Parts: sequence; C-alpha cells; structure tokens
Amino acid sequence: MYPHIHHEPNQPILDVRDLTVRYNGRVALEKVTFHLHEGERIAVVGPNGAGKSTLFQVVSGVLQPSAGEVKIFGSRPGGHVCIAYIPQRSQVDWSFPVSVADVVMMGRSAKLGLLNWPHKRDWEYVHHALEIVELSDLASRQIGQLSGGQQQRMFIARALAQEAELMLMDEPLSGLDTPSQEGLLNLMDTLRTQNVTVMVATHDLDQAARHFDRIMLLNHRMIAFDVPQIVMHTEHLLEAYGGRLKIDPGGTLLVDDCCPPA
Amino acid sequence: MQRGMIAAILVGTLCAVIGTYVVLRGMAFFGDALAHTVLPGIALGYLITGSAREPLFWWALGTAVVAALGIGAISKNSEIKEDTAIGIIFAGMFALGIALISTVRSYAVDLSHFLFGDVLSVSTQSLWLILIFASVVLLIVFALYKEFLTLSFDPILATTLRLPVGLLNNLLLGLIAVTVAVSLQTVGVALMVAMLVTPAATAYLLTQRLSRMMMLAAVFASLSGFIGLYLSYYLSIASGAAIVLTATVFFLLAFLWKKIRAALS
Repeated sequence: MYPHIHHEPNQPILDVRDLTVRYNGRVALEKVTFHLHEGERIAVVGPNGAGKSTLFQVVSGVLQPSAGEVKIFGSRPGGHVCIAYIPQRSQVDWSFPVSVADVVMMGRSAKLGLLNWPHKRDWEYVHHALEIVELSDLASRQIGQLSGGQQQRMFIARALAQEAELMLMDEPLSGLDTPSQEGLLNLMDTLRTQNVTVMVATHDLDQAARHFDRIMLLNHRMIAFDVPQIVMHTEHLLEAYGGRLKIDPGGTLLVDDCCPPA
Repeated sequence: MQRGMIAAILVGTLCAVIGTYVVLRGMAFFGDALAHTVLPGIALGYLITGSAREPLFWWALGTAVVAALGIGAISKNSEIKEDTAIGIIFAGMFALGIALISTVRSYAVDLSHFLFGDVLSVSTQSLWLILIFASVVLLIVFALYKEFLTLSFDPILATTLRLPVGLLNNLLLGLIAVTVAVSLQTVGVALMVAMLVTPAATAYLLTQRLSRMMMLAAVFASLSGFIGLYLSYYLSIASGAAIVLTATVFFLLAFLWKKIRAALS
C-alpha cells in the first residue's frame, strides 16, 4: 500500500481545487477538491452520470472548468503533454484503417512536433511500449482484430509512447472477461514501477478495494477519497449510490447500476 | 480529349486522397452540401464576369472556402442537429444559385454545365490551375499526415497532445473546399460527392492502412477518369456521369469481391 502523506511539501502531480463544471444548465461536478501523489493508483467510483468522465476531461484539459482550478505539477493542464486520456472502448471507431503500431505512434505526435515524420528513436519508443503491454506480435494487425483486453493494452502502450506521467482510464475494466481484467491490473503494477500515476474510472467496488491505493467516491460532489478500508464504509457508499445500493448477508456489495458492456 | 483526360485523372487523384478523410470522418453529406452551396457563387460570377471558365474558377474557390468554414462553424454551434443545419443551408444556397442563373436567357444549357460538369471543355489555363491547386492540397495532406490521422481517429488524443485542433479542423474543411472548387468543372455540382466518397470507399473495403487507402483510392479514381472518359467519347454519354458510373462499378466489384471472399473463408 502506498504511504499516504497527505501533507507532502512537494508539488503534487495533480492538484484540484473547488472544481465545478456545469453544462447545459446541469451541474456535472461541484466543488471537487483533491490532490494526487506521483505513482499513486486511484479508483474513481460512482454511479453512471456521476461526473467521472467529466472529471477526466477537465483534468486532461479537454474541457474547461466553470469554476475552481486544476493544476498539473503546479500549472494548468492546457500546456501539458504528460496526461493521457484513455477513452472507453465503445467510443472508438475500431474499423478505422490503422494498425496497432500506427495507433501507438500517434502518442509520439506531441514529441515529434508539427510536420516531422517519425524518427528511428520514435519507432524504438513504440516497439518498447508494445513490448511492455505484450502486444509486439500484433503490432501490424488492424485494430479491430484485437480482443477487448488487447485494445485496452494498446491504448496504454500509446500512453507510454506519449511518455505520459498521468494516465486517466475511462472504464477500462468493464466488458472484459476475468483473465483480461487480471492482465490489465498486472499491467498497472508495471506502470507503477515506471512511476506513472493512474486514475481509473470503474463500477466494480470490490476490485477498486483490492487493487487501488485510494478510492474516490464521486457523485457530482466528492463523497470520500481515502484508502479502501475507510471509503468502503457503508455510509459513504450509501451516500454515493443512494437506494441503488444493496448489501447481501455475506457483506458483498451489490450495486443496481450497471454499465452496458462495451 | 487529351486535356480532358489529364484533368479527369488529376481531379480524380485529388478527390480520392481528400475523400479518404471525408469517408473516415463521415463527412459525405458535408461534401455534397458544400458542392451545392457553391452554385450561387458561380452563378454570381457568371452574371458579373460572363461565361469564361477561369474567372468562374475563382468565384467557385472563394464561395467554397467561405461555405466550408461557414458550415463548419454553424454545425458546431447550432441549436438544431448538425445534418439538419447543413440541409437547410445547402438547399437554400442551391435554390439561390438556380434563381440567379434563371435570370439569364440561356439558362437551361448553362445550368446543366454547372450541375453536371464538362471535362472535355477544360482549357490549358484551367488545367494549370487544377495542377497547381491539386499539388498544394496534396502537399499539405502529405506534410500533415500524422496530425490529420491523429485528429480523425481520436480528437481527444489530439487535444491532450496539444495539437492545434481547431486550426487543423478548419484547414481540413478548407482543403475539401479547394478540392470541390477544383473539381467542379469535371463532374459538376450534382455528382461531386461521388468523386469524394466512391473511390475512397472502394479503397476502404480493400485495405486496412490509411496510406494504402489513399493510394488505392487514387488509383481507382484515375482509372475511373480514364475509362469513364473513353466510354463517354465512344458511347456519347455525359462525361461526368460516365466517370461516376465507372467509379460506382469499381465500388460494386470491390464490395462483391469482399463478400465472396468472406463467404469462402
């Protein structure tokens, strides 16, 4: 377990203060405040429409906050290329005519700069990233031929090629079979050794508790953000999920709120 | 005939390469609308500068660029759905074009020239304009290959990589506009969209890499231009229609070939 020194004097990798996001007159996020330490692994848990994707979009600089501020190593996300947003698989056009290596190479675009073509060094980055996620032998496949777990690992390789230090993964585990989920969670262990900070949106409370350093319970507002033992207290969960939460006699949490399989 | 042939092949190649992005980004309706929106521009030029081809090209180019950026802006900020907004502008502008042309006595003949094109009447000067503009567009597509690829596949990635997303989007719209203006004389307003999507869609069926899709689309488009123009000459059918029909046959063959191959494997 990561040692939680909440009052570290260093500049945090991510510092969010009083973040409020409204769109179309609705409040997606309200006064969310937290900060992350480098190398931490965070699960962001909350019901559908709780603002998880919105949070990721604001942190990555895709969406502008209505109020409050987001700082990456002390400055706004807009200038950073160290943040990778890994989309939900259902939002990707898997019939797009690109190979796995092509997609991973896209991660190099920022470092390459406009008008430049990939150098040998960039291909080395791509091949190294594919090695880490164990997709080297599928590098020249069209992306639609990958399984769900492989697709997710390809995007992590792309984030590695981007040299991302903060990876935001939107529901990477949903719709995957158990072995693929385990593979992905193991890969996150590898990311930690590279000092990559990871935020994962998930529906699976149990998995969140077992595999992540801290859990953020989100339902427009921040309900709890702490180590799993504390967050998993029922009152926090009830606050996040309301009537949709059921607890069976064995103590297992059942949430009547499922995401559609990708 | 020779000039027409060169023009058909140049225009075909240009449309095919830009067309890959039109197909991959689902912009076929935008391309169709853009071609139709150019009509009032050409009509106005026709009324002011007469029927000489070269001045009309500049009128078409100007209108196409303004229309592309205009449609781009409106479809982004519109209260109604994007395709509805495009539909309204498209039909309205097209009607305005017809209204303007109808004030001239030789209206039916002139209108059909704009609607269906006439590649055989391409002058040497027009051919140079086509060559220059096609080269510039293709050069930009080549130079910004990785940027347009990243933007088209994953706009959020493009944003987090801090690429100039808005600029690139507008540039792509501008390139499509130039392509439409350059190609109008060959296939005309009504069949323009076929040049943009049919060869690119044919290539899409047959390859799984963007660079190869562009090359293959260019090959199909050039062949369509070549064969179509021959057919139009020997069977005396309209040149634009013959080119588009040939391209459509290529598409159907590719489609069938893929189905048969899938059934056999």
